[in-house]
Amino acid sequence: MKKIQIFGLVIVAVAIGIIISTAGDASTYVNFSKAQELASSGDNESIHVVGKLKKNTSGQILEMDYHPEIDPNYFTFTLIDNNNVAQKVVYKSTKPQDFDKSEQVVVVGKMQNGTFAAEKILMKCPSKYENGKLETTEATASKS
Amino acid sequence: MIHTTIGSAGHLLVIIAFVSALVATFAYFKAGMANTPVDDLAIWKRFARVTYVVHVLAVLGVVFSLYWIIGNHYFEYHYAWKNSSLSLPTGYTISSFWQDQEGSFLLWIFWNVVLGSVLIFTNRSWEAPVMTVFALVQAFLTSMILGVVIPGLDVKIGSTPFLLLKEVMPDIPVFKMDPNFIAKDGNGLNPLLQNYWMVIHPPTLFLGFASTLIPFSFAIAGLWTKKIQEWIRPALPWALFSALVLGVGVLMGAYWAYETLNFGSYWNWDPVENSSIVPWLVLVAAIHTMIIARKNATALKTSFILTITTFILVLYSTFMTRSGVLGNASVHSFTDLGLSGQLLVYLLTFLIVAIGLLAYRWKSLPSDEEEVSTYSQEFWIFIGATLLCLSGFQILATTSIPVYNKIAEAFGTVLNMALPADQVGHYNKFQLWFFSLIIVLTGIGQYFWWKRVGKDKLQALYNPLLIALIISAAVITIQGVKDIQYIVLLTTSIFAIVANGTILFNIARGNYTLSGGAVTHIGVALMLIGILFSSAYTKVVSINNSGLMISRSEEFTNNDNKENKENITLWLNKPEKMGDYMLTWRDVRVEPRSIPEYISKSWVDIIENDFHAVALRDIVVNDKKYYSKGDTLEIFPENFYYEIEYREPSGRVFNLFPRVQINPRMGGIVSSPDISRKLDKDLYTYVAMVTNPTAEPVWSATENFTASLRDTFFVNDYVAILDNVVRTDSVEGVTLGEGDAAVKAIIRVLDNEHEYIITPSFVIRDRMVARKPEVNNDLGLRVQFQEINPQTGQFSFAVNTTQRDYIVMKATEKPLINILWLGTFVLVIGFLMATIRRFKDFIKMRDKENASINKNREKIKAQVV
Repeated sequence: MKKIQIFGLVIVAVAIGIIISTAGDASTYVNFSKAQELASSGDNESIHVVGKLKKNTSGQILEMDYHPEIDPNYFTFTLIDNNNVAQKVVYKSTKPQDFDKSEQVVVVGKMQNGTFAAEKILMKCPSKYENGKLETTEATASKS
Repeated sequence: MIHTTIGSAGHLLVIIAFVSALVATFAYFKAGMANTPVDDLAIWKRFARVTYVVHVLAVLGVVFSLYWIIGNHYFEYHYAWKNSSLSLPTGYTISSFWQDQEGSFLLWIFWNVVLGSVLIFTNRSWEAPVMTVFALVQAFLTSMILGVVIPGLDVKIGSTPFLLLKEVMPDIPVFKMDPNFIAKDGNGLNPLLQNYWMVIHPPTLFLGFASTLIPFSFAIAGLWTKKIQEWIRPALPWALFSALVLGVGVLMGAYWAYETLNFGSYWNWDPVENSSIVPWLVLVAAIHTMIIARKNATALKTSFILTITTFILVLYSTFMTRSGVLGNASVHSFTDLGLSGQLLVYLLTFLIVAIGLLAYRWKSLPSDEEEVSTYSQEFWIFIGATLLCLSGFQILATTSIPVYNKIAEAFGTVLNMALPADQVGHYNKFQLWFFSLIIVLTGIGQYFWWKRVGKDKLQALYNPLLIALIISAAVITIQGVKDIQYIVLLTTSIFAIVANGTILFNIARGNYTLSGGAVTHIGVALMLIGILFSSAYTKVVSINNSGLMISRSEEFTNNDNKENKENITLWLNKPEKMGDYMLTWRDVRVEPRSIPEYISKSWVDIIENDFHAVALRDIVVNDKKYYSKGDTLEIFPENFYYEIEYREPSGRVFNLFPRVQINPRMGGIVSSPDISRKLDKDLYTYVAMVTNPTAEPVWSATENFTASLRDTFFVNDYVAILDNVVRTDSVEGVTLGEGDAAVKAIIRVLDNEHEYIITPSFVIRDRMVARKPEVNNDLGLRVQFQEINPQTGQFSFAVNTTQRDYIVMKATEKPLINILWLGTFVLVIGFLMATIRRFKDFIKMRDKENASINKNREKIKAQVV
């Protein structure tokens, strides 16, 4: 076997390793029921849940709490997933500035003790400049 | 009046540009074919050149038209209305040119035109085949801004920037009332992009993207004309140029993010960021294989593959960022303009043509008879290039996750894959090891290259290795680096600096023009060290230790909240301890256009939906009076700066001004950091949350207090004392005439550390009573003097309270970040040296060849005569 062939094999092996590891790190989009299921089965991976904020008929957001004067790093709200399951979400960081205006929210995190602990929040806000088009913003509870 | 001419002209010119690009492609193709009769060759070539000149002029005309529309504020055009406004300073009208998709395509087209023209003039012998590829690319790019609907088929090709507002949004009610309606002002440029980096970053990045076409065209031309080795010499300097420009463009974007976005860093592994770094990594790998390709057949084949891959990756990233595939995954990506199909055709065309041509010629490419020795320079450079590609592959594999979902969707399955939850961790996990290996190889590779180290001569490497280990040990001990992966990266980087430094020292004594490679490698190693310390050893300074967060609720006490308590709340003018610093939020400031400094927001009254403000007092900055009270001044209405005073233990005081923008385009409020730069670290501060500076305070219901002199009462939980009521001669905002009388109350309010004096006034004027309330933002209080009761000697006051203004801020220290910027400079200098050297090399060879051709011709002539 020529050296170049061995070399090629090694590269292919590394590439396959990368793909497998990427697949392992990749997260999935699920709903809250599934998230609960995963958590109770001991799965500790972070997942994505897409949902809408709980609002009353006049469009006001319900069950949202943020008191920066008490703790600037504690924000909770209720998210309703696509199966209409409502779930309390705790985000241990500052409330994202444009949160109130977002129409659709993606939370990344996992279920913990009956609440969803979010590490990251992705928001889709209606933009008044682009008719019908959505803009995405992102917030992360960073530790850096 | 609607300026229809310029738009029609622009649209027509786009069509001309598109058609001329197609014609030029065909003509250059004919001129490049070997089976074209010799007599026709010159004709085809001249014809091709003429059509290309037409194309160049048409493109310049399109650029001019669009700029004319934006620069003259023709808001009847959708593009101008959407992306610019009257208040935009000139510098930023340039950026509004490429804020939207069509404009950025146009920027790309423009650079290609410039580069193509340069190539025609510098490289006559390669003109026909290279320009065929160029013109074809131009045809594809101009089709993106064509904006024509094919009749009958109902297929739209491209999206033109020359549409009128009326044509884009015909349903707006105003057009029913007035079909000739022209908007008075535009939407303006996203304030986040109003930054000088956003004026120079996009053109640089697009020049980088555009220039990757040159090595690709040479590679294709080489395959086509069977000059399978000769293409490298003219392509190499351009590949270096491209890597230089693209690299600088990417780094400018990173620096802009560091200065402007509040994710607190220069790199976020965002899909859009990734899609520009991956082609760069592959391009750098291609440069390395090109350098050895003249001697090594394996490297020649690899050079073909990598040069082609670089360009295909540029197309792929264009597809990803512009087709809307990343809509869910990235902050930066554009929304879909309906061009995704067209982009896909573009991508697939070049992919298939390039692979087809390469496969067709593969057998005729030379092969190595002998094995490459493990002790040869080629071997080590080859490994380095491979690692660069694997690093790029890993980034690409993850970034493409949204694409997998789309592909699965097309086949009817649902994948539901999402990007890794901890993206930064995911990428770092791989890239840290890749780069540790790559940086070691830069040192070894250079040694093999210059020192002719070979079998049995490895001892030349011992000295740099020893020196590097000693230095690393010292740095690890002093800086307290404990994690094994960081120790590895640090040691390997230091080895690279020592090894490349030794080489640099040795060859610079001989001929410094050859040292570009060593300089570049040192730059990369410095960058890695800077990245390592500034990101892995970022220290959060703003630990919340105010004691305020102690709450009775279980969630607060139960959880391991401690870890995340990294923001602190500041109240106006109330000092708070943070780490070693004493912090006080002093003021909110605004940015006047004609004064070099920020001024207090309370000095001016900002006119809503305008970029003017009225001075509420004389505006004096640095002993210079700029405006008198009542003057109108221009400001940047979106920007608010939060003055935060830092008091060091030594007593030294400095201020930082993190910015908050009221930015409806980004959904509301956007905050940007301010950075205190020191030699060994940056102190990075941003406000994560503020009371909206433009919102009117919400006042509580009025409470009435009646008090005698020296009485004490409670307002908003503060103790207040009515000290005195005195006669006054001047009341702000009221002109007192003769016979008018005014008094003011002196109310002392006691806070924990401070005493505040509030002085509401009571004016009797023309037998009318005027009451001038006073607002104290520090306390969130508004007090109005209501009544004086002469019988009882009592005074009554109306008091409203509001939420006191607060900010939530975060501060971090980024150690040794200057090494990253220093490394960037060194890298740029190294690339420049290498590029210049290879250009000189190419020109020398070209002139030599031309001279010999001319000599031959003269000989032939002489013989004929």
